[in-house]
Amino acid sequence: MRRYGNFELAEDSTQEACVEALRSWPSQGIPTRPGAWLRTVAERRALDRLRRDQRFAAKVRGMPFPRADSGDDRLSLMFACCHPSLSRDAQVALTLRTVAGLTTAQIARAFLSSEASIAQRITRAKRKIVDAAIPFRMPAPADLEDRVGDVLSVLYLMFNEGYLASGWEMSQDRSLAEDATWLAGLVAQVLPAQAEVLGLLALFKLQLARTGSRFAADGSIVMLVDQDRSRWDHGAIREATNLLQRAAELDRPGPYQLQAAIASCHATAPTWTDTDWQLLVRLYDRLLQLQPSPVVRLNRAVALWHVAGAEAALAETDALLPELPRYHLLHSTRGELLRDLGREEEAQEAWASALALTLNPAERRHIHARSAAEAR
Amino acid sequence: MLIFAGDGDDNDAKVMERVGAWWGKYSQSGAIVGGERLQSSSRATTVRFDGGAPSIVDGPFAETKETIGGYAIVDVPDLDAALEMAKTWPASPAVEIRPIWVD
Repeated sequence: MRRYGNFELAEDSTQEACVEALRSWPSQGIPTRPGAWLRTVAERRALDRLRRDQRFAAKVRGMPFPRADSGDDRLSLMFACCHPSLSRDAQVALTLRTVAGLTTAQIARAFLSSEASIAQRITRAKRKIVDAAIPFRMPAPADLEDRVGDVLSVLYLMFNEGYLASGWEMSQDRSLAEDATWLAGLVAQVLPAQAEVLGLLALFKLQLARTGSRFAADGSIVMLVDQDRSRWDHGAIREATNLLQRAAELDRPGPYQLQAAIASCHATAPTWTDTDWQLLVRLYDRLLQLQPSPVVRLNRAVALWHVAGAEAALAETDALLPELPRYHLLHSTRGELLRDLGREEEAQEAWASALALTLNPAERRHIHARSAAEAR
Repeated sequence: MLIFAGDGDDNDAKVMERVGAWWGKYSQSGAIVGGERLQSSSRATTVRFDGGAPSIVDGPFAETKETIGGYAIVDVPDLDAALEMAKTWPASPAVEIRPIWVD
């Protein structure tokens, strides 16, 4: 019951805080209770404003948040929102709404859902938090690693949705990816000894550092091989690599650290041809041990292409067809491999399959361009 | 409330001993305020109101593989405390945690 008051109060004040903090930020003080809360929202609004700023990146780096004095409160809230007794969908929506301060409309847009269904999802989740007495505090030490895992899964989902939105309207919702990175930074600040937290944060930073060169002026995708590496944020890449080093020193390897190591291998290669493909294949092998997934195997096949040739890579991708029949990237990868082998007709068929399976406009343009390009 | 899945006829002495210890521990701490072990669902009778008038049928109402083997009414501060108890329950294959209706 006590919790009821707390949560509803906090939730109600979000909206007001958005408006209020926007108006008064930063000259006016913020209400004392729930103080950390309102600060969160206020900071988020400030971030929104900064986003519109041309010099966004430079300013964000200079900003003193997430702030340590309110970090614990926000993290407790995040643990409640990501409690394992809630469904994953509910966890994501609730975290975006209450911790990141997004509106239901923004969440609905990001997940291509209707505002009404997102609102209902959030309302139900909040009811469960209240009625089932899901606590707002750090989990017991024995549960910490598992519970952190839930939080990281939610952030990972959030980031990927933002990094390459699956729908056809937004090729890329950077703000969602930035929200996830901001939240991961917060978790890392409170739990600096959790290796996978550092790994995930490093992964996000490495991906964001290369965002600027992923799309051409006309919105089409620029492949890694063609990207202008001088446009990458090398400061952020160094920062991420340091994080990864700190994570490695904790000696608790995990899938996020391995994914970050893979991203780091690409990000620190001076040119495409200098990429250490041998290392990439090894990293993918280790990742597969921890996380056997067909998507990881597909990525490994691409690295294998550069180590063992297109024939070997194609054998791998063919083996994945029964598992990932509707995954457009498998078909477009097969297109590239078949073209490399001079099997142009089959390559065209593969691209046609890929095209039929994605709605993302940038990806569609890319697939069109690849299938129309002259065979090398 | 913690609802324990399981068949009430299970009488493995070792398990019963561990259940006894678990129950004693949480009764002493004040977490358990009530509860019972139930007999096997083969001894259940159900009254149904499907057609409006009550009809009496053999067996439990839940048509699932798992039946309810017992329950404990607990008074704990939050879900994590209840989960802590449920995770150490020594006997049955599942424990459901359900808040009791409070007006």
